Amino acid sequence: MATNEITPKPPTVQLEPPVIGPGHNFTSVTEKISRIVLTKHTPLGWIFGFLIAFGIMNMLLGAVSWLLVKGVGIWGITIPVGWGFAIVNFVWWIGIGHAGTLISAILLLFKQSWRTSINRFAEAMTLFAVACAGLFPLIHTGRPWLAAYWLFPYPNTMNIWPQFRSPLIWDVFAVSTYASVSLMFWFTGLIPDLATLRDNAKSRVGQIVYGFLALGWRGSAKHWHRYETAYLLLAGISTPLVLSVHTVVSFDFAVAVLPGWHTTIFPPYFVAGAIYDGFAMVLTLMIPLRAAYGLKDLVTMRHIQNMSKVMLATGLIVAYGYMMEAVMGWYSASKFEFFQMVNRTTGPMSWAYWMLILCNIATPQLLWFRRVRANVVLVWWISMVINVGMWLERFVIVVISLHRDFMPSNWGRYIGTRWDWMTYIGTIGMFTTLIFLFIRVLPMISIFEVRTLVPAAKLGHDFDTTTNLMKPDETKI
Amino acid sequence: MNKLEGNYRYGTYGLLAEFETPGALVHAAERAHEEGYRLMDCFTPYPIEEAAEAVGFKKNRVSLITLIGGICGGLGGYSLMYWISVIDYPINVGGKPFHSWPAFIPVLFECTVLGAALFTLIGMLALNGLPMPYHPVFNAPEFARASKDRFFLVIEAADPKFSLDETGTFLESMHAASVVEVGN
Repeated sequence: MATNEITPKPPTVQLEPPVIGPGHNFTSVTEKISRIVLTKHTPLGWIFGFLIAFGIMNMLLGAVSWLLVKGVGIWGITIPVGWGFAIVNFVWWIGIGHAGTLISAILLLFKQSWRTSINRFAEAMTLFAVACAGLFPLIHTGRPWLAAYWLFPYPNTMNIWPQFRSPLIWDVFAVSTYASVSLMFWFTGLIPDLATLRDNAKSRVGQIVYGFLALGWRGSAKHWHRYETAYLLLAGISTPLVLSVHTVVSFDFAVAVLPGWHTTIFPPYFVAGAIYDGFAMVLTLMIPLRAAYGLKDLVTMRHIQNMSKVMLATGLIVAYGYMMEAVMGWYSASKFEFFQMVNRTTGPMSWAYWMLILCNIATPQLLWFRRVRANVVLVWWISMVINVGMWLERFVIVVISLHRDFMPSNWGRYIGTRWDWMTYIGTIGMFTTLIFLFIRVLPMISIFEVRTLVPAAKLGHDFDTTTNLMKPDETKI
Repeated sequence: MNKLEGNYRYGTYGLLAEFETPGALVHAAERAHEEGYRLMDCFTPYPIEEAAEAVGFKKNRVSLITLIGGICGGLGGYSLMYWISVIDYPINVGGKPFHSWPAFIPVLFECTVLGAALFTLIGMLALNGLPMPYHPVFNAPEFARASKDRFFLVIEAADPKFSLDETGTFLESMHAASVVEVGN
């Protein structure tokens, strides 16, 4: 008799994409990532990209050499805009660096397991971004060979010391500490992976170099226990550090009395902006890399979507910051503060402000839509737009606030000269060169952390203690 | 030549058992602990908390070292600032007192963090005895897989309950993929 079977409808709940592609085990994960490093044949695309990046880096060499010969007059800085691209680029690069620490440290503290395939790359990005940032405070002094005595407290023949009430010296300590701690954190995370490379390297040079750097790591459970504690503590230390570093950077402006600078919203607004910019840069770099190196099952759509959500959230905080600046311009009843907002929105440089609103506030609202977040190319374009927008934000804060301050007789204009641009683009070249070198010699994904995501890593499912037999391995296809 | 002295043979570091799954390793380590073995260790390609507990590892002094590092860093940074700003090079900046402690807070914080991080890394490495380029377990041929996809348990020959035959049989009963004797 034919029965009328009611076939159940398949569930219409949209599942989140997985954190790791199916079918992986410890071996496949290790080989997939270490193969990129241990291969003898450097891919042609890598060589091509590296040469372009290196060429652009040489622009930096040229621009800085000319700067040291001729002095800061070659830049566009003048009165009243005495601080131009140098400080804008410095803050932009430092901001980019903060995403790396956030992904490594803060997401670890929040137990977000999806951080594991992007944290190594993000931390490396932090280190290179801080390296690029650190150039600017040095070269913008005009005579950097003299800069040492008023930046670093060292005993000198003139018997003078730096002045610790200045945000500039706070900056020195903050950025140096940030660079050192990020380096230590990154290296700590690398040790087990260096051991993996040491054990799998075919060439003698590789075995010796990786072996030296791996410090003899053998994966002892007792060592792992201390290691995990150290890693967690470093994450716990890095979290307030990253918040404090960009706060101190924002103090460079907030401590001054200039309208448009002297505002208490700056520390949280800068920190949120830094995270915003940094995540955008991680996406800008990671999306092409994952396609080029076939890593889509390790850096999955889940990562892209989660990072987009973080970008959206921090973008909203930044939007709040802009709104507050505008409101305070009116609420403060100070005509100078009010004029700052009028000048930004309608003055001669208002094109920068409106482009900023377009790039930083309007465009990322597209990320509310799931369809957009699931489209990798769109997310890539949006993140590049955000990178540009964040540069513009620093430009607006520095240049527009400076070029028209209290006295109209003091007003002026600012144009970036070709040397300004060459220096800036040169640092982008330096950053990209370092990234290329990094992906060639070190694993860009944290191998040991991704191993913990593999299904076989769960205890208790494989060994049947009652029958003393192995259960069939569910991960084997 | 390997001399036999009771159950202990010179030149032997211990017996190394290889397992294919983390669960098997943890089970074997727990059983070995029940049997009375104390000098043993697990080797895994990623951290497994249960393995560390099974070999009886409890005390972890890394946090204390971090705290000491933070305090040293903080004290060092503050004394530097105090000495410079109050004693050696006092200058009047915006009418602030020489000992303008609120202005010293950012640098104090950064020095504390730097000290804590430095001590954490160096302390962790020192407590682990790293760098240690040579260790007897590296002599085992398959040990390279400890950093890839296999899990190892070593029972050292220096353990009082160690005996080449009995321990070997015990390990083999734990469904190890291989059991090898590791030389010093």
